[in-house]
Amino acid sequence: MSHTDRDQRIGKVMLDLQNISLSFGGVKALTDISFNVCEHEIRAIIGPNGAGKSSMLNVINGVYTPQEGAIEFEGARYSHMSPRRAAEMGIARTFQNLALFKGMSVLDNIMTGRNLQMKCGLLAQAFRWGPAEREEIRHREFVENIIDFLEIQAYRKTPVGRLPYGLQKRVDLGRALAMEPRLLLLDEPMAGMNIEEKQDMSRFILDVNDEFGTTIVLIEHDMGVVMDISDRVVVLDYGKKIGDGKPDEVRANEDVIRAYLGVSH
Amino acid sequence: MEPAQRALNGKTSAAPSTFPGLLLEHATVRGARPAIREKDLGIWQTLTWSDVADQVRQIAHGLAALGIQPGMHVAVIGENRPRLYIAMMAAQALGAIPVPLYQDAVAQEMVYVLQDASITVAIVEDQEQVDKMLEVREQCPDLAHVVYDDPRGLRHYDDPMLRSYEALMTTGDDYAAQHPGFFEAAVAAVQPDDAAAMFYTSGTTGKPKGVVLTHHALIDRARAVAELEQLTDQEDVLAYLPPAWIGQNMFSYTQLLVSGFTVNHPESPETVSIDMRDIGPTYYFAPPRVLEGLLTHVLIRMEDAGRIKRSLFHTCMKLARRVGVKILDGESVGLWDRLRYAIGNVLIYGPLRNALGMSRVRVAYTAGEAIGPDLFVFYRSIGINLKQLYGSTETSVFVCVQSNGQVRDDTVGPPISGVDIRVADNGEILVKSPGLFKEYYRNPEATAEARDADGWFHTGDAGYLDTDGQLKIIDRAKDVGKLADGSLFAPKYLENKLKFFPHIKEAVAFGADRDHVCAFINIDLEAVGNWAERRGLPYAGYTDLAGKDEVYQLIQECVEQTNADLANDPKLAASQISRFLILHKELDPDDDELTRTRKVRRAFIAQKYGVLVDALFAGKDSQHIETEVKFEDGRTGKIAADVKIRSAKTFPAIAAKAA
Repeated sequence: MSHTDRDQRIGKVMLDLQNISLSFGGVKALTDISFNVCEHEIRAIIGPNGAGKSSMLNVINGVYTPQEGAIEFEGARYSHMSPRRAAEMGIARTFQNLALFKGMSVLDNIMTGRNLQMKCGLLAQAFRWGPAEREEIRHREFVENIIDFLEIQAYRKTPVGRLPYGLQKRVDLGRALAMEPRLLLLDEPMAGMNIEEKQDMSRFILDVNDEFGTTIVLIEHDMGVVMDISDRVVVLDYGKKIGDGKPDEVRANEDVIRAYLGVSH
Repeated sequence: MEPAQRALNGKTSAAPSTFPGLLLEHATVRGARPAIREKDLGIWQTLTWSDVADQVRQIAHGLAALGIQPGMHVAVIGENRPRLYIAMMAAQALGAIPVPLYQDAVAQEMVYVLQDASITVAIVEDQEQVDKMLEVREQCPDLAHVVYDDPRGLRHYDDPMLRSYEALMTTGDDYAAQHPGFFEAAVAAVQPDDAAAMFYTSGTTGKPKGVVLTHHALIDRARAVAELEQLTDQEDVLAYLPPAWIGQNMFSYTQLLVSGFTVNHPESPETVSIDMRDIGPTYYFAPPRVLEGLLTHVLIRMEDAGRIKRSLFHTCMKLARRVGVKILDGESVGLWDRLRYAIGNVLIYGPLRNALGMSRVRVAYTAGEAIGPDLFVFYRSIGINLKQLYGSTETSVFVCVQSNGQVRDDTVGPPISGVDIRVADNGEILVKSPGLFKEYYRNPEATAEARDADGWFHTGDAGYLDTDGQLKIIDRAKDVGKLADGSLFAPKYLENKLKFFPHIKEAVAFGADRDHVCAFINIDLEAVGNWAERRGLPYAGYTDLAGKDEVYQLIQECVEQTNADLANDPKLAASQISRFLILHKELDPDDDELTRTRKVRRAFIAQKYGVLVDALFAGKDSQHIETEVKFEDGRTGKIAADVKIRSAKTFPAIAAKAA
């Protein structure tokens, strides 16, 4: 796909973060950060260790409440977000240190992502009363599509704890996709992977964006990967924004080079 | 007359002799029976014979609309997928010739075939293959249309050369509306002696050659085997090997159309073992490497099992080795042993067959290369009717098949009906059969070289007919050599012996015109990795593990045991392996070290690793080497290592035991 194609698909601003500041006691995690995310975009947040990347993600999906600033999501303004509300509005995320149910099968883990969409009560589900069964079939079909999409059919019934790390990451992504998110937050989706796994994961991220039109915000350490797949990149360092723009612009930004090459501050 | 009855009568008098004829017969006689199943989204989806015939008609019209004429070639590239099978049938219905290509070949490997066969239309599975076609389009100016089955990832491709399978169906419907009666006329025009398919030989040497097989040749051989094994339309088959390989194509495509049974397509290449358990095929075909892989897997799992289970397994397998094969062959076995085998069957063999997905297997074949005797006996001893067969692309596979009850591990059975075999003076096996190929495409010299004026096909295999009429293959005729002292050196025989050890994945033996035999070893990363884990031996990857002294010790024991076995055979005792090394990288088809069917290309390896071969024979203890490797995405990298070389104990030859 050419870049012009991509640029045409990118829509209006979906998520706008305005002057966000977050501190824990005396530690300033984020200082006056503003940036936005457009529809159908792949937006990367990069930065050295401790730059505040994960904190930023946690602010977006409501785990942390910033002391200052506001979040505008689809035109509505919030001074803070709760995780539940974020999920209901269509924001899903994956975790840096996987948070899967290790003893449950791949299928069941991804099914948990359908939780918000299930309308039948606990009892009806337990006894498979009329609508509950139909509902389960519908959700199962949706989940099977994700399994097919992520090419993990061979592990459908395997307990997640027995899978290698790279595959667990894929299951984690699968569960987030099961929520049918409009905005997908990926926390270091490629951490700890070998080259081949990274290539696979990059492919999946691009495919998700492409096939489902999902907007994606991702945090990543690996500069190469980020530059290849992102539309725009935000660079954080010590909780401050030091760069923002298209990958090529960011790559040429002197502050960014300095932060990454470790020139003394 | 009722249609079904008419077809039935037709079967006894004049059974259809072309692929489209067979298809239409099945659609009439057993229209509602399952023809092709595929697991999709976790559920097996069935296409009946009449569904298949309808789709073939649609696609045939579509291909005609793309300009396919009788005699033209249509490339088919992908895994076993119903739509690709249908595309092959559609091409054949038009009198065109499907050319299946190996789906894991890189784009540049496909160029030669696409050019040689003047491909204008390629039917491909998915984005991966589409990308390859787009990559080579400049080199293949004839290529005008690429039809893809799976649209995933292709949404933003707007090249006018591409179209989806659905779009082709619509095109076909339009064409059918404009040309009534076209399909029937096209099918009627196909003659049994027309080319039905072309397979490119993987070629251990030189450029691949297109082997042209006629409808008659393929169908005749499939019929002969269907009669021999009494195959019915009730068989279930799992197609999991590349359809570009004649073995898989004969077994799951030609035989499907001849016998009218059901072929099952796995969900993905990784799910084959799960799908196999779902289906429980009744008719099974596996090259030795697959059987070896399954056995290695079983043995690893058993090593991880508890002590009681493990000892039960070993006790039962010991009994099975002693009496299992005899019971399978219907020989006399004492009542006490029978009883114990029956208990073993309940406790171990039955569950094991079930875990392997082989509970319902009635006939299983292995072919492609020689099978290690221990491996062969393992499957037979647990009650799986595994038999060997012999054949090649040029013979439409079936030349020899072992008959039930007459199965030996070192032969490949007697010639089946219609086949004549002669052994040339140089030991090469010559074959005459109705299944012989028509020609090598556009290569009359090669055709004349392979098939002499009297119609004998020179197989290139060395062997002889044993006293009981079974054919015994020793090696490739050109590979069989002599050591410097004149004794026989059959490298493949040695390699196969080594490869039976679960820790050894590949072996390459050198020794022709040398004083002694040396070998390269590739360890099996899964098996040795597991072994290392249980010993708390840390390792970073293949190269690291392969260089460990402990691993060398392990492999040395395997080599020495092989030597002890060889010492028992007076003809081969001189071939004992005196020195070996463990290669620092896995042999890989992407690096041209193995063929796509995973046979070692000995000459190429000898040249590429010349330094190592020299070091082996020069008696060095280690040798530094740098090797270029190709990654899956086509980039290249380098692996460098100091490869250690070890000597192994050899044994004095034991004189042949007198009677």
